[in-house]
Amino acid sequence: MLGTGLLHGLKVTARNLVGSFHDPARMVTTQYPEERTRLPENYRNFPFLLGDDPADPLGTLRCVACQICEKECPPQCIYIVMERDEKGKAQKRPKVFDIDLSVCMSCQICVEVCPFDAIKMDQEFEIATADRFTGLLRHKEDLARSNAYYHQLHPTEAAAVDAALAEQKARQAAAKAAKAPAPAAAPLATPAVPPTPLPPAAPAP
Amino acid sequence: MTAMEAIEQLHARLSARFPDAAPTVVLNPGPAAQHSLLVPATQARAIAEFLRDDPELQLDTCSNVTGIDWPEREVTETVRRTVTEPPAADAPPGTAPAAKVVEEKVRRVVPGHLEVVYHLYSVARGHGPVILRLRTGDRGEKVALPSLTPVWRACEFQEREVFDLFGVVFTGHPDLRRLLMWDEFRNHPMRKDYVEPDDYEWEPTPHDRILAQARRHYPVPPTGSGEPAPR
Amino acid sequence: MNPAAPPSRAGASVRAVQDPFHGDLLEVSMGPHHPSTHGVFRMIATLDGERIVRLKPVFGYLHRNHEKLGESTSYLASMPYTDRLDYLNSMTNNWAYALAVEKLAGQAVPERAEHVRILLAELTRLLNHTCLAGFLLQDTGCSGTPLMYAFREREAILDLFEALSGSRMMCNFQRFGGCRVDPSPAWMEAVSALVGRYDRFLDEYEELITGNEILLARTQGVGVLPAALAINAGITGPMLRASGVNHDLRRVDGYGLYPRFPFRIPLGDHGDTYDRYMVRMLEMRESLGILRAVLRDLPGGPIIDPKAKLRGFRPKPGEAYGRIEGPKGEIGFYLVSDGGPNPYRYRVRPPSLINLTVLEDLCLGHTVADAVIILGSIDIVLGEVDR
Repeated sequence: MLGTGLLHGLKVTARNLVGSFHDPARMVTTQYPEERTRLPENYRNFPFLLGDDPADPLGTLRCVACQICEKECPPQCIYIVMERDEKGKAQKRPKVFDIDLSVCMSCQICVEVCPFDAIKMDQEFEIATADRFTGLLRHKEDLARSNAYYHQLHPTEAAAVDAALAEQKARQAAAKAAKAPAPAAAPLATPAVPPTPLPPAAPAP
Repeated sequence: MTAMEAIEQLHARLSARFPDAAPTVVLNPGPAAQHSLLVPATQARAIAEFLRDDPELQLDTCSNVTGIDWPEREVTETVRRTVTEPPAADAPPGTAPAAKVVEEKVRRVVPGHLEVVYHLYSVARGHGPVILRLRTGDRGEKVALPSLTPVWRACEFQEREVFDLFGVVFTGHPDLRRLLMWDEFRNHPMRKDYVEPDDYEWEPTPHDRILAQARRHYPVPPTGSGEPAPR
Repeated sequence: MNPAAPPSRAGASVRAVQDPFHGDLLEVSMGPHHPSTHGVFRMIATLDGERIVRLKPVFGYLHRNHEKLGESTSYLASMPYTDRLDYLNSMTNNWAYALAVEKLAGQAVPERAEHVRILLAELTRLLNHTCLAGFLLQDTGCSGTPLMYAFREREAILDLFEALSGSRMMCNFQRFGGCRVDPSPAWMEAVSALVGRYDRFLDEYEELITGNEILLARTQGVGVLPAALAINAGITGPMLRASGVNHDLRRVDGYGLYPRFPFRIPLGDHGDTYDRYMVRMLEMRESLGILRAVLRDLPGGPIIDPKAKLRGFRPKPGEAYGRIEGPKGEIGFYLVSDGGPNPYRYRVRPPSLINLTVLEDLCLGHTVADAVIILGSIDIVLGEVDR
């Protein structure tokens, strides 16, 4: 009979309509913003900087301003200036660490290449702002978060990072203990003074 | 059969068939070992038709058409020459002239050209790729190449794209106009010497190339202030 | 004048053309703002009454100079940009690019990574074909029902991708020498559960729409693509197989570990729109078979080659063309390296653009409504067409 295909289709539609009142598989709408879906642990949005002390994450940032993330970032949204003291010597801290979130594409490459576990991915996505130009520019102060926050967001990842850092510290401590000076009985050898270099020969007239 | 043997065989067949316009083998140095054949432009259409219709090869589809820009570059090469010096005036007669090996650095300019690379596969036989390369005379006036669209329809849009972005003119193409850029656009964007128009958009954290562009538009604050520049 | 402004011709959408034999012809510009063109795509159709006599596609509205960016970005940094090419199938785009770079550099990939790649590629195939089924039927005028059912199932797969890679669509997952994240056993359980449910969804979907008389009348015999033209025009993917040509790169090239997993290749008889739709529905069932086999045989081991370099990756000079059977067709990357950190030439072979070569041939003689359905069955994504 012409029309059986249509009737079969309508049966499926009816099944879905009735099912959407009692069957969770067919009730798929989340009533946002009253209801929120739980984000998975691995979900990533924009980066944040890790600080070790929960009371003062900004002062204890792990970042040493090596600028690796700045170079590897595909859209170049990170801007870093290293802190230097009065004599111009580099302090291993960033003076400026800006991320332009309107450029950032959340690709997570900065997290992958950071050798110091100093930058990780946050999960904030409700960051709408009315200021078009600088509203999404995040400075060091806005980006600093503590390790406790990191544990809250990504527990498994944070536990693995902490374990790796602890192991690294243990290995460094062991290496230091192995290189400790020998007991005081052996006299310290005086280092030889290198000969003063002779001034260059005067050029021939 | 290794890639090397396959390309040698193909080269031999084509040289036998087209003796006056034989292709040259271009070796691919990397691990991929995808060697290609440089085909002279005059016989490219005939060679393409042979590759498509030959019962053994049956390369019935062209998978990819790429344009590559090779700008002019200066190459410094060390050239060894043997120089024979005539014997000195006061040497006894009959002495052989002395031969010296002289090394000198020669600078030459390798002229630029545009290249079009075709990757050919066979659906009927399941083999491939056979890679053809066509080179233009230079990057200015002599940029015409024969179009392979009459042989493989797959080249139609891709050759239009190469024309659009590189400037290679394909003679015999049924509808050669720009594909991705709009019709009134001038210049060819994928060339290495293409200069973008200055459509600078303000960014709060410019660095490298964007910083250079930004400097032309407003005085950028000295580094370290961390403050956005005035708009 | 801003050089990026579109041409002034865009405003003139309907114009009468005098043809001495037919009388007046009507030129209609379908797009670029059009709900059924699958993106910003424009077709200039010349109509004789209701029939199309000429159809010229216009591209470039989503051109983002991806290939030129590739020349100034390192190999690793181009990976997130490949997500955005065919933005529905980011996992397969990533794999095609990783394959091309691995060929270029001679990089090996561990077995577990190859299995995971196949798993993700088949999940992506399910994603893509479900999306196509939904949108094609939406284009025929089904007012959202099949579309919403399809997207409800897609959400499950997208949630899986989010749990694994951190992002639903822009996964940035493959690396040169393996994958970025090692899937956990809990994630594998979730995939098994999805694969168990998916057959029932497909059955319900087919019951909903495949026997529908209106669909059959609108899609059978519409947009017939002969096999010889398809091969010559470089058509690949389900569109080629719907014309009866047995050419699937998973079989022909045998890349990855596909030769270990048997699957059938559905072929169409007529090459019309209905065949293109049905080939995709059948391919989804074959994908489920591959997924079940991979889940059974997944080995342990590293997820990325331990010798793979993340930073400072400089392949030796040379070139390579690597291709895979993406859900839309053959997606390939052609890379020319000059030994530096960035490629010298970075080229994407876009299946959607090349499948559009025959758009005019398919649409001639049909009505505008059929042109919309034919375009839907070609399955294009403008991110890939324009790059």
